[in-house]
Amino acid sequence: MNQQGVRWTAEQVLALAPDAASRKAGGELGAAAPWSGTGSSGTGAVWGLCKGSGGKPYQTVVDTTGPAYKCSCPSRKFPCKHALGLLLLWAGGAKAVGDVEVPGWAGEWLTDRRRRAAAEEERGAAEDRPARAADPEAARRRAERRAARITAGATELEQRLADLLRGGLASAERPGYGLWEETAARMVDAQAPGLAARVRELGAIPGSGRGWPVRLLEEAALVHLLDRAWLEMDRLPEPLAATVRARVGLTAPAEGPAVRDGWLVLAQYDSADARLTTRRVWLHGRETGRTALLLSFGAAGRAPQLALPPGLVIDAEIVPHGGAGQLRAELRERFGTPVPLKAPPPGGSAADALAAYGQALRDDPWLDSWPVTLEDVVPVPSDDGWQLADAGGPQALPLTPAARSRPGLWRLVALSGGGPVTVFGECGHRGFAPLAAWSGDSPETVTLT
Amino acid sequence: MSSIRTNAWDELVTSALLGTDRRSPPADVLAPGREAPVALLDAAAVHTVRRRAGLRPAAARPRPEPAPPDDRRELPEPARRRLAVLLADRAAPAGSGGRRGAAPDLTELLPQWLAAANERGYRAPASALPALLDAARARTDLRAPALRFAGPRGTWLAGLNPEWKFALRGTAAGTAPPAPGDGRAVRRLWEEGLFAERVSLLGSLRAHDPAAAVALLAETWPTERAEDRLLFLDSLRTGLSGADEPFLDLALSDRSRNVRATAAELLSALPGSALAGRMAARAACCVGLDRTAAVAAIAVEAPHECDAGMERDGVVPTAPSGRGERSWWLGQLVEGAPLATWPERLGGRTPEEIVALPVADGWGDELHAAWCRAAVRQHDAQWARALLGAPSQPPATGPGTSSLGERAKLLATLRAEERAGWVAGFISAHGLSEAFQLLGVCAVPWAEPLGRAVVDALDIARDAGSYPWSFSGVMGLAERCLDPVEAGRLELLTAIPDEPEGASPGAGSYWSEAFRRLVSTLRLRAEMHAELSAQPR
Repeated sequence: MNQQGVRWTAEQVLALAPDAASRKAGGELGAAAPWSGTGSSGTGAVWGLCKGSGGKPYQTVVDTTGPAYKCSCPSRKFPCKHALGLLLLWAGGAKAVGDVEVPGWAGEWLTDRRRRAAAEEERGAAEDRPARAADPEAARRRAERRAARITAGATELEQRLADLLRGGLASAERPGYGLWEETAARMVDAQAPGLAARVRELGAIPGSGRGWPVRLLEEAALVHLLDRAWLEMDRLPEPLAATVRARVGLTAPAEGPAVRDGWLVLAQYDSADARLTTRRVWLHGRETGRTALLLSFGAAGRAPQLALPPGLVIDAEIVPHGGAGQLRAELRERFGTPVPLKAPPPGGSAADALAAYGQALRDDPWLDSWPVTLEDVVPVPSDDGWQLADAGGPQALPLTPAARSRPGLWRLVALSGGGPVTVFGECGHRGFAPLAAWSGDSPETVTLT
Repeated sequence: MSSIRTNAWDELVTSALLGTDRRSPPADVLAPGREAPVALLDAAAVHTVRRRAGLRPAAARPRPEPAPPDDRRELPEPARRRLAVLLADRAAPAGSGGRRGAAPDLTELLPQWLAAANERGYRAPASALPALLDAARARTDLRAPALRFAGPRGTWLAGLNPEWKFALRGTAAGTAPPAPGDGRAVRRLWEEGLFAERVSLLGSLRAHDPAAAVALLAETWPTERAEDRLLFLDSLRTGLSGADEPFLDLALSDRSRNVRATAAELLSALPGSALAGRMAARAACCVGLDRTAAVAAIAVEAPHECDAGMERDGVVPTAPSGRGERSWWLGQLVEGAPLATWPERLGGRTPEEIVALPVADGWGDELHAAWCRAAVRQHDAQWARALLGAPSQPPATGPGTSSLGERAKLLATLRAEERAGWVAGFISAHGLSEAFQLLGVCAVPWAEPLGRAVVDALDIARDAGSYPWSFSGVMGLAERCLDPVEAGRLELLTAIPDEPEGASPGAGSYWSEAFRRLVSTLRLRAEMHAELSAQPR
């Protein structure tokens, strides 16, 4: 393998930064001057010594297959600016960070880390079974108790929805109508985090601008549908029942058969609320044609652990979660080092994208959007925003309101220059949200998040 | 499930909004046997999922015109990465540490990077265009190089986003200016264009065919507004020649006083012009050798009035407050007279000899200052050299002027190498505290002797025990202008020195930090240039 070829791009490195200040600080350290003893190995390790303000330089090591970072600096940011600077230096070319022997201080951590990772995997595999085997009777009783609490919660929520409809949605806009927050808390108590999240969203709709009553009715109806589905679970076919359990918030462990493939990392983006930062990573299997979603969480204000820079291909095993039409998966073992993506995933037209979303709703009526790749589309300005129009046809998908205000929109327009591009994104009832794009004359993955 | 009528959804929304207690939905919409609110939710759920599953694409709106092609080269991969880092840095908030610390200031390097990329004829990567345009919007000093690098696709993109409107100014909504040979297009743009477009048209036409440019200007001259006339006239400064004299002579009788003064200034910069001849005759009447003195000296008899002829030739009659009228008029006459007047008038002496002559009655400063302005206006290197004197001479006792601003202007008339040599000499003799303005007119990267003089002076300042921030201006300039090959020599200075007796506490480590930043910036600049010179993929 060409050593130069597996280096990341500066954009990929900067995508790992936990915040803007780290990006800046890392960028400043991405120059050769403060660094000494830098090197990299063919197995994805990069290390170096960075002169700080003190006498002893900081020791920085990165395992790019993780990626995992270690630095002797006192920073609580993760990755720290030294790790980012080192990766930028490494991304910059072979000259600054050559292929050399691993020094002792770095080698120790690397060996340790990989041994630990292997052990954890074994333990994980071993733990799953005995835990359940240990006392199946107790586990069953626990599950029954939780199901009963959720049922109580769902029943209460049904009552709330019926009251709302009896009194009229118009009352929901009145000031001081703060009952949703309280209801959401009741759903948390009922151990149904999925219901709690939906209830919280209902509370936000009356403040969401023109047309809110229609949106509130739609979302209230879908919460109702979920409640009914839970309450009449025994009448559902198993795959749909699994989907309902997942939607309510009972996460089944990922235990499907592992799928090994060359996974294209198409997009990585974070969304945050007051408590939690959620990172979504979209993968597309080169061989299987399968799309998978990896989720990773971090406490508020902290970057989640998992980081896969878009534009790379990783050879890895993933394990899908259960449920019909569920794309969520866990990343398991990885093999070798990532290589740059050479061509975008295959895609279709605007109509194909909507058809795929419609199909997916059959398995999961609560889906807001579905991942699709659009081939040969042109961004076109429209009355109230932008749309992606088929280059060879009269049809188009409007962009979602959120996508219209993201800076990535302008990268997409610039990349297209009025010509056709390939775009990956999420297609749903609110419109299309572009996440990554490719133009015909360059293999570069342009991130739009 | 029973089929839902087309307006059933509207009926559902209405009763949901008002409440089922007030308005029950029509019976055929609802499944029988359920309470009204629950039945309404059932129907709404079916409708919602059905609507989402049956979504159809929208009709495509008219496509934008495709961006014009850009046939410049694609950036080499490492340079492309560097650009991403430089632009990412721009977007990040400034660190709380400000300019302290040993890391280079990337925002300062972006203009240089852009200039170097433009020089080498690269085109901007499409995905970098939004960040480039944002950078150009925030910093006017980046505008010209960023827009040039962004090229036709950048202009095309700017046309789609009102926030980037600035990029369309002066480019006639993205169209290229007409070819100078295309008479009809030129005339059309001249008659209908915006002011900025017309100025740039005049400039490009003038570079191609000066006579045609002046002819075009003369044609519409009487109908132009006074402030436009002034700016058009000012644009003739570039490429000024004897051929412009007839037009400038006409402008001497313009309605506007500012236009008249500018025309006179331009004419006096043409040593062969009639106006220059008249000014020479007037000035020669005022300045001559002092026949009565025992040693050679210059006698000055300042003019006693500002007559109509002088006024017509651009002499401003009213002196600013605090200045004597006679010296004010004298200054303008000498400034407007060709410098070749003086060797002839003053006994065949060279400029050096003339500048060294004593001047009677305290007129020396006045006279020398006027000569300085004349040397700058006439781009006369020989006189500039004479007026600057030896760089080692203390400024106060120098021959020409002690004003750093005037010296900087005089230096600008010298060739780059000589300029650098003079400033190097000045720094070696007088240190850095007054050199900032002079360094600003030196060519980048600094010539070797100049760079060495600056580094030595910084070293001396460090040994003297002062804090580096007294020299932050020069340090900043050095980061931008020092030749990267100096980095090796500078490395020695990054060590933390022992603190000498009486030094400011901690200064040593601050100096070390400042030098480390200088070294890493120079290394980065060298790397940037190497990346831009690499083979494209």
